[in-house]
Amino acid sequence: MNPIQSLIKDLADQYGRKRESLLPVMQGVVQREKFLSEYAMVEIAREMDIPAAEVFGTATFYSFLETKPAGKYIIRVCKTITCAMKGKNQLMFAIQDMLKIKPGETTPDKRFTLLETNCLGWCHKAPAMLINDEVYTEVSPERVREILSKYMKENI
Amino acid sequence: MDKKVNMTINGFPVEIKKGKTILEAAEDEGIKIPTLCYHKDLCVAGNCRVCVVEVVGQKRLSAACATPCEDGMEILTNSLKVRNSRKHIIELILAEHNSDCTKCYRNGNCELQELASEYKIMTQDFIELAPLKNYTIDMYSPSIIKDDSKCIRCQRCVRTCAELQGVNALTVAYKGDHMKISTFFEKAMNDVVCTNCGQCVNHCPTGALVEKTYIEEVWGAISDPTKHVVVQTAPAVRVGLGEEMGMKPGERVTGKMVTALRRLGFDSVLDTDFTADLTIVEEGTELLTRLKKALVEKDKSIKIPMITSCSPGWIKYIEHLYPDHLDNLSTCKSPQQMFGALAKTYYAKARNIEPEDIVSVSIMPCTAKKYEAHRPEMHDSGYRDVDYVLTTRELAIMVKQAGLDFDKLAPAKFDRLMGDSTGAGVIFGVTGGVMEAALRTAYELVTGREVPFENLNIKPVRGMEGVRKATIKIENPLEEWAFLDGVELKCAVAHGLVNAKKIMDAIKAGEADFHFVEIMACPGGCLGGGGQPIPTNPEIRQKRAEAIYAEDANLTIRKSHENPEVQKLYKDFLINPLGELSHQLLHTKYTKRERF
Amino acid sequence: MAYSYQLKRVDFIFRNENDWEKVLSATIKKKPDEIINELISSELKGRGGAGFPTGLKWKLTSEAKATTKYVICNADEGEPGTFKDREILSKVPYKVLTAMAVCGYVTGAKEGFIYLRGEYKFLEEELNKVIDEFEYYCKEINLDFKIKIFMGSGAYICGEETALMESMEGRRGEPRNKPPFPTQAGYRGMPTVVNNVETLVHTWTIFKYGAKKFYDLGVQYSRGTKLFSVSGDTPKPGIYELELGMSLQDFVYEFGDGDTKAVQVGGASGFLVPRKKFKDTAIGYEGKLVGISLPTGGSMMLFNSSRSMFNVLDNYLEFFREESCGQCTPCRVGCQQLLLGIKAVKRGEKPANYLDKLLKLTETMQLTAKCGLGQSVANSFSSIVGNFREEMIY
Repeated sequence: MNPIQSLIKDLADQYGRKRESLLPVMQGVVQREKFLSEYAMVEIAREMDIPAAEVFGTATFYSFLETKPAGKYIIRVCKTITCAMKGKNQLMFAIQDMLKIKPGETTPDKRFTLLETNCLGWCHKAPAMLINDEVYTEVSPERVREILSKYMKENI
Repeated sequence: MDKKVNMTINGFPVEIKKGKTILEAAEDEGIKIPTLCYHKDLCVAGNCRVCVVEVVGQKRLSAACATPCEDGMEILTNSLKVRNSRKHIIELILAEHNSDCTKCYRNGNCELQELASEYKIMTQDFIELAPLKNYTIDMYSPSIIKDDSKCIRCQRCVRTCAELQGVNALTVAYKGDHMKISTFFEKAMNDVVCTNCGQCVNHCPTGALVEKTYIEEVWGAISDPTKHVVVQTAPAVRVGLGEEMGMKPGERVTGKMVTALRRLGFDSVLDTDFTADLTIVEEGTELLTRLKKALVEKDKSIKIPMITSCSPGWIKYIEHLYPDHLDNLSTCKSPQQMFGALAKTYYAKARNIEPEDIVSVSIMPCTAKKYEAHRPEMHDSGYRDVDYVLTTRELAIMVKQAGLDFDKLAPAKFDRLMGDSTGAGVIFGVTGGVMEAALRTAYELVTGREVPFENLNIKPVRGMEGVRKATIKIENPLEEWAFLDGVELKCAVAHGLVNAKKIMDAIKAGEADFHFVEIMACPGGCLGGGGQPIPTNPEIRQKRAEAIYAEDANLTIRKSHENPEVQKLYKDFLINPLGELSHQLLHTKYTKRERF
Repeated sequence: MAYSYQLKRVDFIFRNENDWEKVLSATIKKKPDEIINELISSELKGRGGAGFPTGLKWKLTSEAKATTKYVICNADEGEPGTFKDREILSKVPYKVLTAMAVCGYVTGAKEGFIYLRGEYKFLEEELNKVIDEFEYYCKEINLDFKIKIFMGSGAYICGEETALMESMEGRRGEPRNKPPFPTQAGYRGMPTVVNNVETLVHTWTIFKYGAKKFYDLGVQYSRGTKLFSVSGDTPKPGIYELELGMSLQDFVYEFGDGDTKAVQVGGASGFLVPRKKFKDTAIGYEGKLVGISLPTGGSMMLFNSSRSMFNVLDNYLEFFREESCGQCTPCRVGCQQLLLGIKAVKRGEKPANYLDKLLKLTETMQLTAKCGLGQSVANSFSSIVGNFREEMIY
């Protein structure tokens, strides 16, 4: 069994193999692998006896279940109205300038993926962004450079 | 005493059985509420919102298909609010739809077209979204074309593939404005678990899912003076073709169909029922041989139950989802493929025609047959056994293109050599038919007596329930089959792939004690196939079934082994069932496939 | 003539009270009917935005005939401008859990779930710790009630109760047909109570302090207090618990930056109120009291004169276009038409009166869409286009 297969088996053992366990299992795979590859989806389908097309259809519904290859750190910048009013565009420019990628893209060293997302629930401290599960609020272009630098020093 | 509900529809008081939806209640009262995502075969979706009606006192309109009737409701099906809303909804659907109807295969038989025409949608004030989207067309499959630009996202195909067929090749993917009907990872239909059964095509209201047509290729072959074009027709076609010609469901048009085919220019009009009879002889012998090997010689490599193999949708299904059970399948080809192999060998020799000059065409109620004809192993004659497969719908198009007034055609008989058939052959078109035909022959082979059912009508295997079982006790067999004395031959019949799953799961779990199983991919059997006239529903399929059994009852010979042309085939060519030539031409192998 | 209510700040929700164990065991000593009647007489209405009477919801579920029932806490807070539920779950989660357990006791449910949106995953660990402690206490007082967190994965529509249940059952979050309603057939087909986080905390207040304390706050038809999430052009962004029934004018006096052009009440699915209507608008549920009453999940976004209302509407429509589940025609296609429509009018590709066509379209969406998302797009569209038409065109 390769790593993905054993991960999926462990997740299925933990959450169950009924249809209602599909979301926790997929979340578990995304947590570690950062996205759901075609291979992962087929294995989930096999392990849980769910049609592969159903796994795909369900995964693509949820914005946080990426089906395209993603980097180790997924940056999600909020683009809803209050963050848009409070400097989200400058923030995006700063990130794009620093990482040299556009929204939807991943850096060549597979470290960062830049995405836009909708209201994160921090409107009183806009602009807000997520890096994986960490929340950063009141992020100015200067501060985001500091934040990203820290992530750049991490080992992949 | 059914509980009744009192309400008014458009001001008229009505009494409705409790539990009915507004849509059903209106239908009972003779009021047609337009629908798109609703279908009698499928669960209620309630997503197109075309069937909205006004319930007086409620702020919002309600979907008639999804709202149960309640006491005191006042329904308005055609108020100004309802009409304006419906118009908007149709306009919205048209805005994201490829409205180039003249270029569409379903031009003239499209539910969206009907609706737009009914509501006289003459202008499009909204912004055309279709040009802004990157719609794709999937033409890779030899059977089905999926054109996303015509999809109205009613999800009928997804529900069909999931509920009716249990294949789940199609799903809804993404959300918001990206929402679409898709396969696993947006792969081509040909690259996923799609069985080509075509039920999605039957249930699609527009031209988003259609069969791949070979009409022009067949016209080309017919017009080619150097080619000898042979056509075979499946049993279910003769009870469905009439619907495409304006007749009521259940009309038997066999004779007219033959005349029409001749007038179209086919050089020889022959009958798939002939090879259906042949299949019975081969398969019946195979079954008895297997039983002998399994029960007497205790050969563990022989798998029981033996399952029929004439439905190519079923074959692809088992190859994908139960690849470890391929040995349960009969090795017999389907009647279509047996015919194809014989056309370019037996027939060619008898008629003194070079096989490479023969073009073998079949008319089928089926879209999976197009895939079957393309399967790489189907060239045992030395050439492609079946060159082109046309659906019942395509034949109707050709008849109309030739300007034939179908109703006025005088009935005619099939050509000789491979045109004779028995009642057992024609019932292949209905679920339970293969089983019944096989039993009529196998029982007589074993006991020397006719099956103990009145008029040879084996009622227990007939009907429309998803899974049917029957048991026939073998008593006083002929000496050769003495080992079957006292054996209760257990048979099962399933139609619709979702019922095939039930049987296969039972076999997998070791709980199936059947000897012989018939599985048809399509609801109702071939008569409900993916290539049959649209629309389809349980009533129409029932009528077609009655027509098939009537056709059987009217034939003089009703047992496959008594078909004189089949007997001649063995005498002159094949020699023995399961003989060497039979194995070469009439039997096949299967392929294990991925589960997605 | 409008009444003017002073903004009355209250402090029930975030009051850090350590006596949840006492409150729980005292409440479940009462008969279920007593508790339900208490809730009904308090006139508490759902605080997620829809405003369904909570007592009635619990009553219907408890009367439903089934062996298994469920309680679900809807923590899929996603409405733009709303962030109160996050605060509740970080600061006073035990109030939510207690309320869920009482609901379980009243309705007969033995299992409770918290559907937590994926964007709040950082709350999961702490919340699980509190749940462990809570379940331990339940065992001690012989209350058969377990709570589990179910994580969402980034879908605004899963805040709709039937879409939420679809998501919990492992499927796409596509809203179901109603009827049947969740109180009859909900999660796994069983009677289910789906309540917003804040609603549950208010039931705690009622259990501890009694219905009258709650009822005495607020105004007719809009009893009690509400958490307001204030953001945008304001010197005081944050979460505030205020009595219902206040006039928008008073609100802007308190929270505006002196140049408030408009206030979006209720998030993208709510209404935009222009300055000239502030004094005629009160915040609450059905109201005969003051000019217009706007039901709300509590999101209040203030815009000053530097903001373009076109950009605001554009942002909302972009949001709906992406977050719609895509199932039903009016919402899926309608949202796209509205967005492209206003862009076309702005660019001059369509005449100004095309806006009227779009307004008619939103009426149809309101009447025919399958769920609240499609039905509510009309609110912001008609209020913004209606009040700031020039900004849509020039």
